[in-house]
Amino acid sequence: MWKLIVRRTLITIPQIIVLSILVFILAQAMPGDALTGLIDPNIDPATIEAMRERLGLNNPWYVQYIDWVKGVLQGDFGQSFRFKMPVSELIGERMINTLWLSLATLILTYLIAIPLGIISGRFNDTWLDRAITGYTYIGFAAPLFIFALVMLFIFGFQLGWFPTSGSVAPGTEPGTFAYFISKLNHLLLPALSMALITTVSTVQYLRSEIIDTKQKDFIVTARAKGSSESRVYNRHVLRNSLLPIAAFFGYEITGLIGGTIFIENIFGYPGMGELFLSSISLRDYSVMTALVLLFGLAAIIGALLSDIILSLVDPRIRIK
Amino acid sequence: MSEVLLDIKNLKTSFRIKDHHYAAVDDVTLTVKKNEVLAIVGESGSGKSAFAFSIMGLHTRAKIEGEINYKGSNLVQAGPNQMKKLRGKEMGMIFQDALSALNPLMVVGAQIDEAIFLHNPKSSKNLRKLQVINLLNQVGIPRPEKTYHQYPHELSGGMRQRIVIAMAISNQPELLIADEPTTALDVTIQSQILDLIKELKETIHAGIILITHDLGVVAEMADRVAVMYAGQIVEIADVYTLMENPQHPYTRSLLNSIPTLNDVKEELHVIQGVVPSLQNLPRTGCRFASRIPWIEESEHEASPELHEISPGHYVRCTCYKDFYFPEQAEEERNYVAN
Amino acid sequence: MSLIEVENLKVHFPVRGGVFQTVKDHVRAVDGVSFSIEQGQTYGLVGESGSGKTTTGRAIIGLNDITSGKVMFEGRDLASVSKKEYIDVRKDIQMIFQDPFSSLNPKKRVADIVAEPLRNYENLSPKEERVRIQELMELVGLSPESIYKYPHEFSGGQRQRIGIARAIALNPKLIIADEPVSALDVSVQAQVLNFMREIQKELNLTYLFISHDLGIIRHMCDHIGIMYKGRYVEHGTSEEIFTNPQHIYTKRLIAAIPDSNPRNREMHYENRKLVKTEYDKLEKDFFDEEGLPFSLKSISATHQVALPERG
Repeated sequence: MWKLIVRRTLITIPQIIVLSILVFILAQAMPGDALTGLIDPNIDPATIEAMRERLGLNNPWYVQYIDWVKGVLQGDFGQSFRFKMPVSELIGERMINTLWLSLATLILTYLIAIPLGIISGRFNDTWLDRAITGYTYIGFAAPLFIFALVMLFIFGFQLGWFPTSGSVAPGTEPGTFAYFISKLNHLLLPALSMALITTVSTVQYLRSEIIDTKQKDFIVTARAKGSSESRVYNRHVLRNSLLPIAAFFGYEITGLIGGTIFIENIFGYPGMGELFLSSISLRDYSVMTALVLLFGLAAIIGALLSDIILSLVDPRIRIK
Repeated sequence: MSEVLLDIKNLKTSFRIKDHHYAAVDDVTLTVKKNEVLAIVGESGSGKSAFAFSIMGLHTRAKIEGEINYKGSNLVQAGPNQMKKLRGKEMGMIFQDALSALNPLMVVGAQIDEAIFLHNPKSSKNLRKLQVINLLNQVGIPRPEKTYHQYPHELSGGMRQRIVIAMAISNQPELLIADEPTTALDVTIQSQILDLIKELKETIHAGIILITHDLGVVAEMADRVAVMYAGQIVEIADVYTLMENPQHPYTRSLLNSIPTLNDVKEELHVIQGVVPSLQNLPRTGCRFASRIPWIEESEHEASPELHEISPGHYVRCTCYKDFYFPEQAEEERNYVAN
Repeated sequence: MSLIEVENLKVHFPVRGGVFQTVKDHVRAVDGVSFSIEQGQTYGLVGESGSGKTTTGRAIIGLNDITSGKVMFEGRDLASVSKKEYIDVRKDIQMIFQDPFSSLNPKKRVADIVAEPLRNYENLSPKEERVRIQELMELVGLSPESIYKYPHEFSGGQRQRIGIARAIALNPKLIIADEPVSALDVSVQAQVLNFMREIQKELNLTYLFISHDLGIIRHMCDHIGIMYKGRYVEHGTSEEIFTNPQHIYTKRLIAAIPDSNPRNREMHYENRKLVKTEYDKLEKDFFDEEGLPFSLKSISATHQVALPERG
């Protein structure tokens, strides 16, 4: 089995290389370069040219690419010309916020999906199931940003239960309990809004897995052994249906990336997604390329995780 | 005469298809005795598997009427709790496709262990493990300790079927239902499994209901045989009578249509028409009539009954009396003409 | 000259493994099989699952790549004929599959299913095509009107007849039938088997009949080859194999077939035990270190057995 995991991990290397080349080409295609915006336009063009030469900006593309990769590996993504600070620093603090938001969303997604999926699958074609599938159809149909706006309007502005922007109340001391609660409070509404929409595919997936597993012959065997219905469900149906859900986990991460871009902007939550959109509108190219690279990496790692989880939990793959 | 274990009276199992109930098992009456192998023979759609599932109470969406009398209680009326206690303990079941009958995510040892645990929840884990190893030995698995920790997909078809059998006999059931236990297996493995079931019968003294379409398997295994067609029993007799002196046209046709090693026929008998589907079953008159159209309508009974033509030998409908195969008829006609 | 001659046919599948999925080993699915079939005869290939019987059939028709060995059809080596000639030969060899439920495309009408080989190989006008299809349907005993129906409207036996109609559409000389009746009910089996024999006489067909059911093989075949782990263990006429089996594996296979006379039950059971003891005792002599049968040795003009090597 470890061979399988090693092989799967090795596959990510060419994936990452291709991603980095794409991102590099993207960066090169952007107008301007590392010097743009840093330098007073009144400086003599010859001086600029000398500077370019010194910084290696006139080297062939592959040399530049290797230099860029070296920099990225050391965490050097260049300078943000809007914020006048290193991109890595800028992203660093946003990344923590996005990680928390993603984690909260993931937990909520499963908290909603598992019970709903189980009820819907076990009691399929009852009114309860119809209500749940009805919800999933609405979830599929409703655009995330509109739904999030409605949530923000109702719970943030009208009812005032949650803060409407930011990631923590200003003035709270980091490390204190109040700080933690404030963080959580800021997190909850955006996470819930996203989870309510993204969870529907997991609900549907779990539902159809359960309905599928219910009709398997080994379920009849379990009954023939004298298992009670609850045991049949808990020991045989559920276990076997949750397995593909576990494998779905990695892809869930990929889905989150798209979600955070909308959500963070709507809720004014200072994370990577919010940074991404604002850097696009401000034409902050170095930040943009760094973020695209990170999002791409997250997607690759998500897919890797999925496959590794599946190979760990499914004996049919584990033992060959 | 040995003791009656299971007494089934007028059993009717119907499935609902679009607002109508269609009986897949229609008015089946029979008994199963201790220590006997009762074979139920039929083609797909004859209702033989639906019959087995009805006894075990494994149908989730079927209407079951009639009586299944077991140890003084009627299982048709039994609640889920009573059935739960019987299933796997007093009634074991062996399935056709062992690969799909086993949970792919559990080691086979744990699956047998579950069967014991369910009926002895207070037993110790170590003791159960010993029992499982013993069972694996009993069903002829060469390295039980190793096999215990293997998953179904790691075993061969024959080994998997042995696991399913071990599971079915784990609580020394009094009734064992084997639903096409060897259909999915190679011939040499089939004979091993059949011999195993035979040997187990000697040790566990259970009544066995063997469901099969294979008349060779019947000849090897059965004490008594019930032939099912379109949800009904058309003939029931001890195995010698049935194989040597079959009466019902369906039984006779079936026996004539299989190629055997003993006598090489130039031509196999073909039963005309097709097995009717559940919705298209003829519900009145002789259900086999449409497949023997050369037999006059007057030969059939209006509502065919099982007739005891010799002790223990029952045949449905009166059409068996003057039944002949069409080829024979032609020969006879030629004979008269000459 | 035989219609088809298979000489030392080998089909090996690579087994990949390790981190880089390199070829680690080969599965010798078919490992040196030779036989020939005369025109108009039925040759039975028997074996249990994994014996290589299906792979042999598929290799002949080109569905599996041949690793080495020769397939000679009407004296021509199929590996060395030109592309154009090969297309001709492919017309003459057709296949009937095991499962009539999955081998017919459910979305196509019967007319299109049967017409498929005609459209691939022959240029017929729509009218000619329809006439031909109706002839074929009549030949396989289905009403000509049924050509506009879909496969699901037919029973298993009828579907297998449609499969046969498709196979004989191009007037082939050889039909490879891979377990043609094992998915069918007993009464329907007889229908299809009888019918296969009828059209054999009518069209002078040659069959390569692949099956695990020895009763059916005995009923259908003139010559029989018994396969085990990709090799032959015994080869002979039907009579020789069934009344005078020589290899311990063949003996065991035949002993395993249920006897249809219940009075022979005890005898048969004892016989099976006896054969099993013999098998266990002689297993080392009859198979090499890898558990494979030895090469065939003739014991009569028609009967060859993989007997132990001497010395």
